Amino acid sequence: MNLSEPKNKDISKPPDYWRKPLDVEKYKIPHGAVHIIIERCKGCEFCIEFCPQKVFEVSDEFNSKGYHPPKIVSHDKCVNCKLCELICPEFAIYITEDEPMNII
Amino acid sequence: MSMNEIHPMDKLIRADRMPHIWCSGCGLGTNFICYLTAMEKSGLDLNKCVIVSGIGCTGRIPGYTNIDSFHTTHGRAIPFALGLKLANPELTVTVFSGDGDLFAIGGNHFIHAARRNVDINIICVNNFNYGMTGGQFGPTTPLDAKTTTSPYGNYEHPFNLVDLAAASGAVYVARWTSIHVRRLSKSIEEALLKKGFTFIEIISPCPTNYGRRNKLGDGLDEMKYYREHSIIKHGINPKEADLSFNGEIVVGKFVDIDKPTFLDNQPDMSQMSVNNKK
Repeated sequence: MNLSEPKNKDISKPPDYWRKPLDVEKYKIPHGAVHIIIERCKGCEFCIEFCPQKVFEVSDEFNSKGYHPPKIVSHDKCVNCKLCELICPEFAIYITEDEPMNII
Repeated sequence: MSMNEIHPMDKLIRADRMPHIWCSGCGLGTNFICYLTAMEKSGLDLNKCVIVSGIGCTGRIPGYTNIDSFHTTHGRAIPFALGLKLANPELTVTVFSGDGDLFAIGGNHFIHAARRNVDINIICVNNFNYGMTGGQFGPTTPLDAKTTTSPYGNYEHPFNLVDLAAASGAVYVARWTSIHVRRLSKSIEEALLKKGFTFIEIISPCPTNYGRRNKLGDGLDEMKYYREHSIIKHGINPKEADLSFNGEIVVGKFVDIDKPTFLDNQPDMSQMSVNNKK
């Protein structure tokens, strides 16, 4: 087995441990709840492209102006980094802090 | 989700005027929210902050803020800001305007405000053309770029804004793009708290005019281009940070020095008279 190669390359998922680390209870993954104000969205897709955890995808629905707002793929993926809140030009996304998640 | 949701920035913007006029894919909204975030983080008293702009798409920003703001005539944002600062030195004055406004008609005001080192902050959103009036070429349009008034390619040399600011005497000079949201808001925060003439250039996508005529794709494609082609080089000579058409974009903080401001150097005139010079 090549030790230098990480076992799990997909950083969006928690790592696979061969045993449970002793201090695993001490550390938590931050978690945020994503809120989208659909009527403000102009469909630029910045959030979909630049979210590091790929929380969003294009929705099939329309808002009243005829744009496709983003929809949330999985609430569990959000780690409360608030990049979408900063990058959304329309003031249409915000994050509220949620209960942190366990690593395993 | 209901329409009555309140965004955390809604206290700093005029939420009743949303959605704003900027096109889908425009970077101005992102730059605006970075500025508001920086302002919140800097801990400044928001009642003593003023934002001034000239005309153009970027000139719309004061109209959307809830803090004191003024929308001046074409190119005269800096003289107005200068007057504000000198009349009331307690204020933190920011000029948020576009490249056409600050450097075409307002170019002279810019270099002289920088030379005097007046304590104001300049944020220039550079989208390489006059976006609001239909995409004409301006003083920052790169060589060979196509615009409405240069359909065969622009043959004028553009300004290197960061070099111009540094040469004119600005104490803080930085350049970022709309994709560098965290670095940009950190940089704006530093500039707001710094004493003296500060200048930040933000390269921002204009999908409707500049992007469309140069086949750069929509706003998202331009943002992806910035992500792939920008290189952070802190502290280099701004002369080397030239921008070219579809070339690499050198970003970073180029100048951060301290020197006495205009008001620091101003002698106390009340203690002086013609006969009794101190």
